[in-house]
Amino acid sequence: MLGFAKRIWSAIRRPSVHYSLGFLTMGGFVMGIIFWGGFNTALEVTNTEAFCTSCHEMSDNVYEELKPTIHYSNRSGVRATCPDCHVPHEWTSKVARKMQASKEVWGALFGTINTREKFLDHRFRLAQNEWTRLEANNSLECRNCHSEESMDITRQSPRASEAHERFLFTGEKTCISCHKGIAHQLPDMGQASLMGGHASEQVLTEYLATE
Amino acid sequence: MIKIHAIATALVFALSGVAFAQEHVATLRGGTPLAEQGDVPQIAKRVNSDLRQVRNYPEQPPLIPHKIDGYQIDINVNKCLSCHSRAAIGDSQAPMVSITHFMNRDNQFLASVTPRRYFCTQCHVPQSDAKDLVENTFVDVDQVLEYVAGTKAGDN
Repeated sequence: MLGFAKRIWSAIRRPSVHYSLGFLTMGGFVMGIIFWGGFNTALEVTNTEAFCTSCHEMSDNVYEELKPTIHYSNRSGVRATCPDCHVPHEWTSKVARKMQASKEVWGALFGTINTREKFLDHRFRLAQNEWTRLEANNSLECRNCHSEESMDITRQSPRASEAHERFLFTGEKTCISCHKGIAHQLPDMGQASLMGGHASEQVLTEYLATE
Repeated sequence: MIKIHAIATALVFALSGVAFAQEHVATLRGGTPLAEQGDVPQIAKRVNSDLRQVRNYPEQPPLIPHKIDGYQIDINVNKCLSCHSRAAIGDSQAPMVSITHFMNRDNQFLASVTPRRYFCTQCHVPQSDAKDLVENTFVDVDQVLEYVAGTKAGDN
């Protein structure tokens, strides 16, 4: 093994005997285009809704739930596809997300959520992953389309404009803090939804432990 | 013979009655013949004013003065309570769910909304600007009392 590596290394170190410098540079250039183009094309293919919904886990559960929501059907016909919200648009973060997605490939291969029941069991955790991600990047994927600057709150309902003025423009909350479950159904939120997110779970468990 | 006549007459009346009903009873499709496609009415707009509306009688469940499109109310989550629950109204400034909704059927107050009052839209409904299909002659209790007081005054 070590000998093989040494032979390769010495071959690389020596100047080329048979090929001209022009051939090698041009060849390297062309191969570079082919490899880079191929990589990027493959990356973009995995970044389409057709690719996402080619697995039944996605097409039967979350995609079906998306269809009646405003992000799929609405008056103007502009719609969000899966990667618009779930994959960062900026290159570095996109590749980072794609690397994380290898876990999803693992899940698809071993059928982690290959039935509706399994999916529902995992749903809270999966949703929480997305909420955490969007909380952390200040709802970047929402803001790729919905910009604060272009949001004319005089055209919103009084309820919406007041909420946006109080929480969004002050930076107190981010889109996902209030707009959970707008594109897919929510998992069992338990008491959290009844309490408006005020009760700390730790405080509660500590209190119950004293009984 | 007379009996047969009577039955025949009754039958004629009954049949013409059916025909009369078919011509004059208003249906949702209006007066358009069955074989034709009538004018499709505009879909009424939801009232989204966020202004509380007057109740027609004190026990009336308050109307929802805003859109509730896509609000999820099921075993997992109740979207309405994300603003109207006891703890959420500080942020939302929405009216809190009535305390009667915390009461179980033994009149015990629970910590949060009881299961029997959990499904908001069973009683609370949003409104649209649709034209009434039939005329509404509802009179509220104040008008009734005024009327009664008026007639009593007339009696004396």
